[in-house]
Amino acid sequence: MAVDEGLRSELQKQGIFVLPFEQLYNWGRKSSIWPLQFGLACCAIEMIASAAARYDLARFGAEVFRATPRQADLMIVAGTVTKKMAPLVVRLYNQMPEPKYCIAMGACAISGGPFKDGYNVLKGIDRYIPVDVHIPGCPPRPEALIHAIMTLQRKIANQHLETENRLRWYDKNAETEFPIPSYGDHDLQPPANCEVWQPPRSYRDVTLDEVKKA
Amino acid sequence: MEAIEKIKEVAAQAVPGAKLEIINSTPAAQQPALLVDRDHIYAVAKFLKEDPRFQMDFCSCVTGVDYLQKADNPGFIEVVYHLYSVAQKHGPIILKVRAPRELDQCRVPSLTSLWRGAEFQEREAYDLYGVRFDSHPDLRRILMWDEFTDHPMRKDYVPPADYEWEPTPHHDTLERTVQVGGITPPTAREELEKARKK
Ligand code: SF4
Repeated sequence: MAVDEGLRSELQKQGIFVLPFEQLYNWGRKSSIWPLQFGLACCAIEMIASAAARYDLARFGAEVFRATPRQADLMIVAGTVTKKMAPLVVRLYNQMPEPKYCIAMGACAISGGPFKDGYNVLKGIDRYIPVDVHIPGCPPRPEALIHAIMTLQRKIANQHLETENRLRWYDKNAETEFPIPSYGDHDLQPPANCEVWQPPRSYRDVTLDEVKKA
Repeated sequence: MEAIEKIKEVAAQAVPGAKLEIINSTPAAQQPALLVDRDHIYAVAKFLKEDPRFQMDFCSCVTGVDYLQKADNPGFIEVVYHLYSVAQKHGPIILKVRAPRELDQCRVPSLTSLWRGAEFQEREAYDLYGVRFDSHPDLRRILMWDEFTDHPMRKDYVPPADYEWEPTPHHDTLERTVQVGGITPPTAREELEKARKK
């Protein structure tokens, strides 16, 4: 950045703030993340607790839960995503305006959790939409959700408007709508969107490879 | 309330021709149940609801049970109704009715017209066990989506091949995933070969 750090802090003491537009813009965005108001299972109760007085999500500017996707910036997938619900969750995400973010809250939302082997539960919402922050736990405590919001705030603060890793919103070629799976005879079709999700590789093999390369 | 033997006797008198049987066999059930044949279940249920001695005005639970084929019987689907009387503070009377496992013959009369509360639970039994309830007002799936064709609580249900490779040191899941053509990472076959050699 062009402005010298020392000069900047001197100016700040005089009440003059010099900062790039990007930083100001991101500060505004990260201080008013409005989540979409919906919960799918027990984790939603913890989400509600984080928004209530004791944990007070309002401290992070994220207390305005919007009841419509058109006004929301953040989708907190709090709870078990059944296969019947999954297409609707993807549709809601598609309806949110860019720039939009997604937090997968709890074991169920990140992987299917205790119901992973079930015929009726999606094995993680990241199979259909890109997830920015995953929170493990069953359910995660409100502190964990707050931590996730702070992590997301850090992520937003570091996003660029112009350079290569610019916001999806400003990238004309980027995907902003994600295909909605359809109800099949036995399962959702397709069972995962391989553009946003790939199955993880064996942890053991990955580390060995990487060790060898290093 | 009278013992189940007494109920059976009274019901047999009230509904001539009904084949009634007391079932004690399953230890998990705790209480003996009254097995009624399909043709008379409605009449027996109606009798238990309306007779002043019983007044079973509340149907608390409807569920299905799948008995697979065994050497001595061809297997059947059983529908279980738990009846209570709020007015007389007694219950439950457990009614059971059996139907063949074959999907086209698996039909029993609906008791929704007697207890409105049975409607959703019969829909659930239809959804998960494939029991068709005759004269049910709105027999659609309730938990799974409409396009779904299976009845997943049946014991011979085969879940969809959506196994996924998990990053664990155990390669059983990978074996299974590759076998059923589930979702695998690009390197799955390599990894599987490596694991088999070990
Ligand atoms: S992760 Fe646990 S608490 Fe959260 S929705 Fe799933 S089962 Fe409920």
